[in-house]
Amino acid sequence: MVYSYYPGCTLKTKAKDLDRYAKECAKALGFELEEIENWQCCGGVYPLGTDEIASKLSSVRALNEAKVKGQDLVTVCSACHHVIKRTNDDMKNVEDIRTRANNYMELEEPYAGETTVLHYLEVLRDRVGFDVLKEKVVKPLGRKIGAYYGCLLLRPSKIVQFDNPENPTIIEDFIKAIGGEPVIYPYRNECCGGYVSLKEKEMAGKMVDRIMDSAAGMGAEELITACPLCMYNLNKSESANKLPVYYFTELLAEALGLKEEV
Amino acid sequence: MSGHLHEDMKSRVIDISGASPHKCMKCGKCSASCPSFDEMDIKPHQFVSYVNNGDIEALMASKSLGKCLSCFACVERCPRDVKPGKIVDAARQMLIRQQGQAMLTPEDVPELLDPEVPQQLLMSAFRRYSR
Amino acid sequence: MQRVGVFVCHCGSNIAATVDVKKVVEMVSLEPGVVHAEDYQYMCSEAGQARIDAAIKEKGLTGIVVCSCSPRMHEATFRKAAERAGLNPYMVEIANIREHCSWIHKDMEEATKKAVVLARAAIAKVNLNAPLQPGESLVTKRALVIGGGIAGIQTAIDIADAGYEVDIVEKTPSIGGRMSQLDKTFPTLDCSACILTPKMVEAAAHEKITIYTYSEVDKVTGFVGDFTVDIRKKARSIDMNKCTGCGVCQEKCPSKKTPSEFNRGLNTRSAIYTPFAQAIPNVPVIDRDACIKFKTGKCGICEKVCQAGAIDYEQKDEIVTQKYGAIVVATGFDVIKVDQYEEYAYSQSKDVITSLELERIMNAAGPTKGHLERLSDGKHPKEMVFIQCVGSRCSDDKGKSYCSKICCMYTAKHAMLIRDKYPDVNVTVFYIDVRTPGKNFDEFYRRAVEDYGVNYIKGQVGKVAPQPDGSLLVQGVDLIDNKQILKKADMVVLAAAIEPEKDVRRIATMLTASIDTNNFLTESHAKLRPVESPTAGVFLSGVCQGPKDIPETVAQAGAAAVKAIGLLAKDKLLTNPCTAKADELMCNGCSTCANVCPYGAITYETKEINDHGIRETRRVASVNNALCQGCGACTVACPSGAMDLQGFSNRQILAEVDAICR
Repeated sequence: MVYSYYPGCTLKTKAKDLDRYAKECAKALGFELEEIENWQCCGGVYPLGTDEIASKLSSVRALNEAKVKGQDLVTVCSACHHVIKRTNDDMKNVEDIRTRANNYMELEEPYAGETTVLHYLEVLRDRVGFDVLKEKVVKPLGRKIGAYYGCLLLRPSKIVQFDNPENPTIIEDFIKAIGGEPVIYPYRNECCGGYVSLKEKEMAGKMVDRIMDSAAGMGAEELITACPLCMYNLNKSESANKLPVYYFTELLAEALGLKEEV
Repeated sequence: MSGHLHEDMKSRVIDISGASPHKCMKCGKCSASCPSFDEMDIKPHQFVSYVNNGDIEALMASKSLGKCLSCFACVERCPRDVKPGKIVDAARQMLIRQQGQAMLTPEDVPELLDPEVPQQLLMSAFRRYSR
Repeated sequence: MQRVGVFVCHCGSNIAATVDVKKVVEMVSLEPGVVHAEDYQYMCSEAGQARIDAAIKEKGLTGIVVCSCSPRMHEATFRKAAERAGLNPYMVEIANIREHCSWIHKDMEEATKKAVVLARAAIAKVNLNAPLQPGESLVTKRALVIGGGIAGIQTAIDIADAGYEVDIVEKTPSIGGRMSQLDKTFPTLDCSACILTPKMVEAAAHEKITIYTYSEVDKVTGFVGDFTVDIRKKARSIDMNKCTGCGVCQEKCPSKKTPSEFNRGLNTRSAIYTPFAQAIPNVPVIDRDACIKFKTGKCGICEKVCQAGAIDYEQKDEIVTQKYGAIVVATGFDVIKVDQYEEYAYSQSKDVITSLELERIMNAAGPTKGHLERLSDGKHPKEMVFIQCVGSRCSDDKGKSYCSKICCMYTAKHAMLIRDKYPDVNVTVFYIDVRTPGKNFDEFYRRAVEDYGVNYIKGQVGKVAPQPDGSLLVQGVDLIDNKQILKKADMVVLAAAIEPEKDVRRIATMLTASIDTNNFLTESHAKLRPVESPTAGVFLSGVCQGPKDIPETVAQAGAAAVKAIGLLAKDKLLTNPCTAKADELMCNGCSTCANVCPYGAITYETKEINDHGIRETRRVASVNNALCQGCGACTVACPSGAMDLQGFSNRQILAEVDAICR
């Protein structure tokens, strides 16, 4: 199975690990990520006003590219996923945005939300299957791992339709599949400080400390995330309980025995 | 400021945000959910009341605009589908679209940087805080 | 040609403020057949009816049109008035110029024009009306009550006390319903079981009441006064006549892992069980999904230990068919699933519970024998937090739009009982509004605050976070102080919204009773006929109609009983003469009408027809007037135009349309 792949800006720079482990593991699991040519940055944040069109166009281009190729579009970064998925929903369901975006784009055939957007974790769950993944694991991790979801993957749940926004299970199921022991802690779906960490470092610090304390208190030995921004913020924690944080793809590679090769 | 302009700004906030402030029943679940509550001068539930009262200028002057995380906990948990977080976003948009009102300029960046800052943080910060 | 009189009602200012009634009188006077027209302030009043009476007699009217409110409101009133004046009641037509006109328009000129048009249509129709005579049907003097909670029990007792036979059908193994799960009742704090069990016993002992437990209504046919109902008595696997209720089988049953429905899954029960000690009947059932004998063929311990020889593994479902004159729906409620509000961590912590679960914990016969303790570790809590409106008053797609009505009061009750019994426990209630309309209700809530020191905080909770030490961190807001609150609690209690019992939709469909978007049964008139379904002969008792507390439920149960008794007291009912009729000369016996008839009212007979002098034998449709409800489905389905509805013939309808389009 070949998927269109949208890596996003950070996976090409600060989060190269997230990207290359994703691609290598895909091969081992029998699917391929075909990077969209000339993709443009999603903007990192879903446009904040309903009247903004231009800032949605890079997402629409990527979505249309996948549509032309007849492929589903796979993302790894939480922010890219959030922005592209929500833009796709707009193109499908909001007539005004669809019309105006298509007027800008001048595509051969107007784009109307036809592409299916999948997060890499959804590919693992729904296309590969966690049970199949489990069979391919050569090095079960055996560690206590806390899933850190953050906000972008889960909310608004009606549109991103990723998992139960208040009690998600997909990353926990993933952890089980790679032989780890998932640790449930209540702040796994609370914001890491996200976008404000550039200007409000102290405030973001408090938020990640709370996450670390909660996860460590519940017995986690490490955290995994799908988001480079979460990674950055979590690593800024100055809590005495600070845990190491990994991208989920890195642990996937480790469990599949690919980590050293990559 | 004339009443007419008040109404105009109110309807602009509602349009840009896509929020439904009139549906609010003042339960406070947004403020109960907000991770930035203590940092805010105008609290999430008050954002809704300010819009209903047409006092948009006060919102645009609020320091809460820089404290909201857009994490959507308030939007997700609101039992009335009011979407308070989107009102904050819209008020910030109305502010920074004005000449000279950017909350972040390229000159500010060097001192905020550290070697680990991911690209998406800079991207999104500019999206949020400047035109 | 008819001699038509038109009566235009002002309805105070309801109509007259928007419709120029004088103008309507002037305009309709010009219509063909109209020999009299007048307006009056309240046509439905005694004086108004006297005017109709006088006009009929003085002007020799053969038909009348009343321009007034909806026929649902006063058609019967005006038909009776006409009848008293010697006119056939089916020579009365109503032009609805209130709901269809004055209430929905603002512009007087436009509204007046429309009122004239509506009146014209009615005049055109009445010109073609013919006198109709209602038939009669017999009333079966027996009532069915669906649901054996306090609503059903009270209704059944009241009907039975009036001397009529009543059957209660209850789907669980015992009557008693939700009330049997409660500990104490507000606002007097009397023990629920102490006031309910005597009622249960009274119903069971009543010579006029038959109780079918572990039974469901399978099928309903017929109509008001003459329903036929199939009741499925599910196989209990126990011979009810032999069982002595000794309970040994339940003690010895080795399969004890099934979550107890009665205790809301807080503990388990055996596969052979009675839901609670005071169950009526005190005869267990075997849960065949849990029973080892049914699953593997081995075991049979209950049979061995039963001294009475009452165990019967071969028992099968049994269908009892019974006729009823009236049916009362009393299917009650359940609480919503709160795991859709996982910000409150219900499925992540055993110490987050619903209020109904707390009832079981507080109950001496419950899983903790009435001791207030955490379900996670059995420890006595020191801090308890109650969260109101969980799933009520929501306009999102998860919750209920309505206020569940009972939560404010039962939460005050819980808070007070806990503070009374365990003064060391601090109780905090997060609320949006405290709603206490009811006799001695607000005083009750204030006692919780003033005498028992319950801490009420205005504001909702956003998140309940289970902590590493086993406590729960409640993150809420105090809207009065404008502060976010972080409160450590040992237990959190959710006031979950209530919703109609799931089965009600199936039952409503069988009864052709209407149901609203929240699955509450619709009453015939929200104010004036609150216990009657729009379907004749079907009455509503308890929460199936809308959220209610116990006193309201009992009051409504009595009201439903009175309405049912009023029906059963009649020997005969007049049937609606506006039924379908087949023109035998036009009918070609194609069966289309019988296929669309929802009431099974159409049959076919083969008979000799004289078609303009030609005698031949044909298969033609025949309508049973007792079954036909006059819905008209057959008249539009009939390909040859042979079916017509008396009182609403195709000619009459088209005359109305012509009058409107004129």
